[in-house]
Amino acid sequence: MHNDSKHIASAFDRDLEAIQAMIMKMGGLVEVAIKDAAQALEERDVELSEKVRLSDKAIDQLEESVNEEAARLIALRSPTASDLRTVLTVMKISTNLERCGDYAKNLAKRTGVLVNMSPIEGAAPSIRRMAREVEEMLRLALDAYIQRDTGLANEVRHRDLDVDQMYNALFREFLTYMMEDPRNITACMHLHFIAKNIERMGDHATSIAEQVIYLTTGEMPEDARPKGDVTSQTALGAEDL
Amino acid sequence: MNDMRIVRKDVDMNDTKISAKKVQVFYGDTHAIKDVDVEIKDKTVTAFIGPSGCGKSTFLRCLNRMNDTIDICRVEGNILLDGEDIYDKRVDPVQLRAKVGMVFQRPNPFPKSIYDNIAYGPRIHGLAKNKADLDEIVEKALRRGAIWDEVKDRLDAPGTGLSGGQQQRLCIARAVATEPEVLLMDEPCSALDPIATLQVEELIDELRENFSVVIVTHSMQQAARVSQKTAFFHLGNLVEYGDTEQIFTNPQDERTESYITGRIG
Repeated sequence: MHNDSKHIASAFDRDLEAIQAMIMKMGGLVEVAIKDAAQALEERDVELSEKVRLSDKAIDQLEESVNEEAARLIALRSPTASDLRTVLTVMKISTNLERCGDYAKNLAKRTGVLVNMSPIEGAAPSIRRMAREVEEMLRLALDAYIQRDTGLANEVRHRDLDVDQMYNALFREFLTYMMEDPRNITACMHLHFIAKNIERMGDHATSIAEQVIYLTTGEMPEDARPKGDVTSQTALGAEDL
Repeated sequence: MNDMRIVRKDVDMNDTKISAKKVQVFYGDTHAIKDVDVEIKDKTVTAFIGPSGCGKSTFLRCLNRMNDTIDICRVEGNILLDGEDIYDKRVDPVQLRAKVGMVFQRPNPFPKSIYDNIAYGPRIHGLAKNKADLDEIVEKALRRGAIWDEVKDRLDAPGTGLSGGQQQRLCIARAVATEPEVLLMDEPCSALDPIATLQVEELIDELRENFSVVIVTHSMQQAARVSQKTAFFHLGNLVEYGDTEQIFTNPQDERTESYITGRIG
């Protein structure tokens, strides 16, 4: 259950709003980082990838502020019920967002290496599509958070399947390229890590969506979350080519 | 560091000690308690919370018929202690109150020695055969009240000379001296400092081994700390009753949520 009415102590309301505003700010920065990182990869834009690497610092600092504020709120206000769940979820969501920021930064770093190699055909646009999907999931998860919308949160959880499928397809594609020509291996390994990291961002967006459900209902979603990453069981031999 | 268990305050007893059904209380024309049904478990601390005037103290006082002393007060419905109706005509309220002891908001020791404060109840209920018996009862009660070590050398000193926190523990010792089965506490810590409050709370937790404790408190944190079951009263209704953990993490009723999170309902 969530309660929209105001606290008697108005400072408590302001504190809770402030900490949630930090989450939204973090979310905005992470969305931009993902978008820019994918664009830099496709357009082989070193300058833009450098910008992404530098912007991660602000995300890390926000995560630290969220943790400090959450600790202060717990110590001074002893939050209960939905207030308690708000504080617990902002802490988890900030961790999720911080990880996404790290992945975007990692993507930007690898872009710095990849620009010096000949491009793998079709890989960068596919990765950019995947990044766009994840960015959209993240945006919707945070919208669901602000609106306390469990329906939207569930939608996000189910969209993760698409990201997993995109990753599976890329995984097979990279294997094929590597088997075709060993000179592709370095680039494909980097691209594979990028794809894997974007797939992980999708998991973090899903985790945020689950936090929204916990925040609004007091319980974590019971149905197992849909999983579509099958690469851990994939073996591709020469006969598959 | 090798104990990784979190101390959970589960209810380990499922026997019902007090069962209230459709209880109504009227003060003259005022309907103070409306249709309250509640099952209070044995060897469990049950907290009653709610805003002032919600009826929690009134309901508590029904449980040992303290409301009998108010002329205009009328109680309807059934309250069963171990399956027996405490409002039955054959029940002697004095005997009932020996079984269902009470501790009040402000410590109220008798203007007598520490020893006589404790010995008073057992004497009038004839619980001791001789002086040695009585000494034993007094020591046991003071130990249960977690105050024995502080007063054992001055049992003849007046009870009123103790500090507030000590006086309250003396009153709790006095209440347990008659071997009650249920202990009712009406805001037992509201006149105490935080340290004395923690001592009394620790004591309440120990008392749970032997008694069923019902505590009325304005401190939500206290209810969360000491109780296993919590009942939320509002405008004479019992709005929500459940495991304390559930009430404080995920209350089901909006009024409970508003109250415990400090919102205007």
